[in-house]
Amino acid sequence: MSKAEQKPKKVYGMLAEYGNPAKLIRAAKLVNRAGYQKYDAYSPFPIHGMDEAMGLKESKLGYIVLVHAIMGFFGALALQIWTSSIAYPINISGKPFMNIPAFIPVTFELTVLLSAFGAVFGMFFMNNMPRHNNPLFNSRRFEKVTDDGFFICIEANDDFFDEDKTRKLLQDAGATHIEHIYTLEDR
Amino acid sequence: MSKKYEYVPEQPLVQGNHTFSSITSLIGDIVERPTPMWWYIAFGVSNLLLAMLLGMIAYLVWEGTGIWGLNNPVGWGWAIINFVWWVGIGHAGTLISAILFLFRQGWRTAINRFAEAMTIFAVMCAGIFPAIHVGRIWVVYWMFPIPNQMQMWPNFNSPLLWDVFAVSTYFTVSLLFWYVGLVPDFATLRDRVKSKFGRIIYGFFALGWTGGNRQWQHYEKSYLILAGLATPLVLSVHTIVSFDFAVSIIPGWHTTIFPPYFVAGAIFSGFAMVMTLMIIARKIYGLEDIMTINHIEKMNMIILVTGTMVGFAYVMEFFIAWYGGVEYEKFAFINRAIGPYAWAYWLMFLCNVFSPQFFWSKRIRRSVTASFILSIVVNIGMWFERFVITVTSLAQDFLPGSWGYYSPTWVDVLTYVGTFGLFFTNFLLFLRFMPMVAIAEIKMVMPQADPHYYDENGDEPVLTDKFAKKPDVNA
Repeated sequence: MSKAEQKPKKVYGMLAEYGNPAKLIRAAKLVNRAGYQKYDAYSPFPIHGMDEAMGLKESKLGYIVLVHAIMGFFGALALQIWTSSIAYPINISGKPFMNIPAFIPVTFELTVLLSAFGAVFGMFFMNNMPRHNNPLFNSRRFEKVTDDGFFICIEANDDFFDEDKTRKLLQDAGATHIEHIYTLEDR
Repeated sequence: MSKKYEYVPEQPLVQGNHTFSSITSLIGDIVERPTPMWWYIAFGVSNLLLAMLLGMIAYLVWEGTGIWGLNNPVGWGWAIINFVWWVGIGHAGTLISAILFLFRQGWRTAINRFAEAMTIFAVMCAGIFPAIHVGRIWVVYWMFPIPNQMQMWPNFNSPLLWDVFAVSTYFTVSLLFWYVGLVPDFATLRDRVKSKFGRIIYGFFALGWTGGNRQWQHYEKSYLILAGLATPLVLSVHTIVSFDFAVSIIPGWHTTIFPPYFVAGAIFSGFAMVMTLMIIARKIYGLEDIMTINHIEKMNMIILVTGTMVGFAYVMEFFIAWYGGVEYEKFAFINRAIGPYAWAYWLMFLCNVFSPQFFWSKRIRRSVTASFILSIVVNIGMWFERFVITVTSLAQDFLPGSWGYYSPTWVDVLTYVGTFGLFFTNFLLFLRFMPMVAIAEIKMVMPQADPHYYDENGDEPVLTDKFAKKPDVNA
């Protein structure tokens, strides 16, 4: 905060704190109904029913994983078929060069490996991670979010953002505390 | 016909009136408190053992596998036994984190974090043995499909090569799964620790986690998918480990029961190891509210079930050897029971099949002391299971003229003991510097985490009974 006070500040958004998961979910529902798009509900753990309250569509991560799984599956088969029967075929106890049943374990493992890469790094990608310079981290109060704080932040660049109306909406939804979030740089 | 049925609610997973923030401090403060003396002592001992392991490996690389007790019929000794044993132990971590997650067993949250840590360190210990047992460790990269000047490629028909892929995939996926689970908890520590250095380090690994629902949404999907991937993976890994034996034609190894039997044994020994570590950790760190007696009881039930499955497999192997009518197979099994290694066979039977049967008694299931002792007994028994399988079949196979007897040398023993140094060095560092219980997941299974727990105004309900009918705030 201290740094933020010295530099010229630009409002990034409005942060409102709520008492518990039930109040947060209700506030999120109101914010969603009011038409806001650029907002998020922050909590120490995922809250059941929050996706519906915020009107979020289901995560598309599954498709990323599927693409990786397909790459892993065909990549592994191609590797084994190419090395064992094209690049350097060796007769091993009279087994066929293209011994597909024997290639299945490695194919399975590589499918799982690539899918896991897709699931983890795809999630990081969709979550904008790593991002260590989030303006939310300028708020001391926001540190509670990983402990027992429940917050909603509406970004200032949302079309519906209006200093008074947004504050009133968050207030009426039962906020216990409202503050501005600033970006450090003047952009 | 007028029997009355009563609804018996499950015991709360977190005991002792905790709030979200008291859970955070219960676990998060561990890394902030001054390092206790016992930690330095334990860490010092582990480091000595680790140094011994490195010394033994150096000696092996210098001198060759002749310093081990291997001889002509018995070409696989303690190295493979220790490998299978450590990998098996690792499997419980994945079972707890992935399979119990898919089955929506909320109690897993108390133990999944350090069971996963145990998995990773156990697989590290396991991975050492196949790497060093090749003898010429400087060409160990031949196991991987790396383009080289000879234009040679690995033999993809070999179960030993499948094993390379299975174990390395298993290690990688376990590590990723563990890390994904850690990200929100690293963020908790980032927002909590007082030292600047700590904030930077934890903040770096938290990757800028904010806890926004738009992040949680993808996070939960990712976790679910990883659990779905890790479940068949863990089954495939020990299946492939068992293929190392089952795909050969050695009597006593060449059996189709091996994959399920190995997987059951792996989960059995892994749960025993988690039990041993958990009982120590909950006592030292005062986590009895999170790792309750109910958790111990549930784990003991799994130990009982898998132990009995293993016992069934022992008996079934014997039956099939007789029913199959192959002379060598029949001999292999009778020889196990009354041959030169009968002592190991009956020790295995005693530890693995008879000792878990104590857990039929509710009192013993809920006794911390009994659980601790039996968990160690089970781990000894599972080590002997791998010894019996590996050594008896090799020592006396087809021709009596080429029979032999195997005993380990001091190098074998010290290498094995040294792996405990590696394991505990890592584990102690984990206990000291990382959140040893999944903080976010524990909060998730508390009744306050459910929006329906609150009354229509969104306030704490006056009624404290979780199972009483509550108005639906979402309506």
